[in-house]
Formats: sequence, C-alpha cells, structure tokens
Amino acid sequence: MRDIRLLPHMFIPGTLIGPFTQANPGLGGVCTFVGEVRYDEGVEALELTHYEPLTLPGMHELADRAFERFTLMGLLMVHRVGMMRPGEPIVCVSAAALHRRDAIDAVDFCMDHLKSAAWFWKREKRGDGWHWIEPRTQDHADLARWQA
Amino acid sequence: MVTVVFLGKLADLAGAPSLQLPAPLGWEGLKAALPPAVAEALADPRNRVAVNGALIADKPGLQAAAGDEIALLPPVSGG
Repeated sequence: MRDIRLLPHMFIPGTLIGPFTQANPGLGGVCTFVGEVRYDEGVEALELTHYEPLTLPGMHELADRAFERFTLMGLLMVHRVGMMRPGEPIVCVSAAALHRRDAIDAVDFCMDHLKSAAWFWKREKRGDGWHWIEPRTQDHADLARWQA
Repeated sequence: MVTVVFLGKLADLAGAPSLQLPAPLGWEGLKAALPPAVAEALADPRNRVAVNGALIADKPGLQAAAGDEIALLPPVSGG
C-alpha cells in the first residue's frame, strides 16, 4: 500500500495512519513519524512553497528508492504545503513491514531526504517579517548517512 | 513567450513569483532580462535550474522555446 501526497490544508495524522495500518494486513511492524511546526519563540507562522512539476514526482522517486532499499509492505508519505501555525502537523511518514528494522529505517531514510533533498522551500514569520529557512548542517549530515 | 518561475528567496529577489520573457531564450538572454540580484544569484551552483520540470546539468547551455517554463530553484528545506 503506497500513499504519497501533498496536502494544502491542515490534516490529522491519526486519520491517515489508522487506515494505512489497516491496509497492510499481516504486517509485523509499523513505524510512524509526525513532524509538527515547533513553538519557537517569536515564530507566528510557517509557509512551505513547492514547485508542482518537481515536488510530488520527487516524493514518488524517494518512495521508489525506499521500496528498493528496504523490505516494505507499505509506505505513507504526506507533506503539507502552504501556511501553517505552530503545533500543526507538517509531515507524516509511516512504513509497514514484516520486520521492525525495515519500517524504522525506511521512515528515517524518507525523513532525512524530505528535510534537505526534496523540493520544498520553508520560511517563517516573525515580528519583523518573513525569513527563509535553509537546512542546518545537521540535516546535511543526516542525509549523508544514506549515501554510503 | 517563456515563463520564468522563481522559487523560495529568489522570488523575493525578483520581486514577483514569475515573469514572461520573449522566446527563444538562452542563458545570456535570461540573465540580461532578470533583476541584477537574481542574475547574480544564478552563478551560485546551489541555485538549480529546471526547464519544463527537468533539472538541467549545464546552465549556460539553457535553451527555452515558446511555451517553455524555466524554474529557478534555490537550496531547499522541508519537513
């Protein structure tokens, strides 16, 4: 079961994770990561821009690579675009597999790529206006772990 | 016409999310038609270029015809 989506509106991860788990009968483990907009001091809103011809196709390619690299039964990858407030979910990745390591590693792999190698541009609104956010050094180091 | 789409902070530098330029359009023509701050940013290898949704490896070799869409893509950050 493969479900890859961009969502322009607020979503409730549980409404996706429940059906996803049900859609993979016989699984041995399911691992889910949900990222939310942090309550950073002074941050009023976050906006994610994407580029239609690249962003969703890029997420599908990432899913293809996850299926090649890990033994998976299913993969759910949902990413918000548009305007978000602190506390709102921004990303949800869930992997179902016969064995836990494949599920856990597939989620880790997808998240590291979504953070710094997928076609999204993030900016945050503070009291003095909008600021573009670039990946941190740690995000690049996280990504490099998979390039061996 | 060729549509030029600016993503991320390049849209701020350009002052608009997109621009229409006469076709055909090559690399030098594109740089000459853009606001200087954007043209300058294009020299940075971290800023990528796509034509009709396909990344190009050779920016100076850019060739765009009528109806094509060029996207100027700064470093990404998601999740």
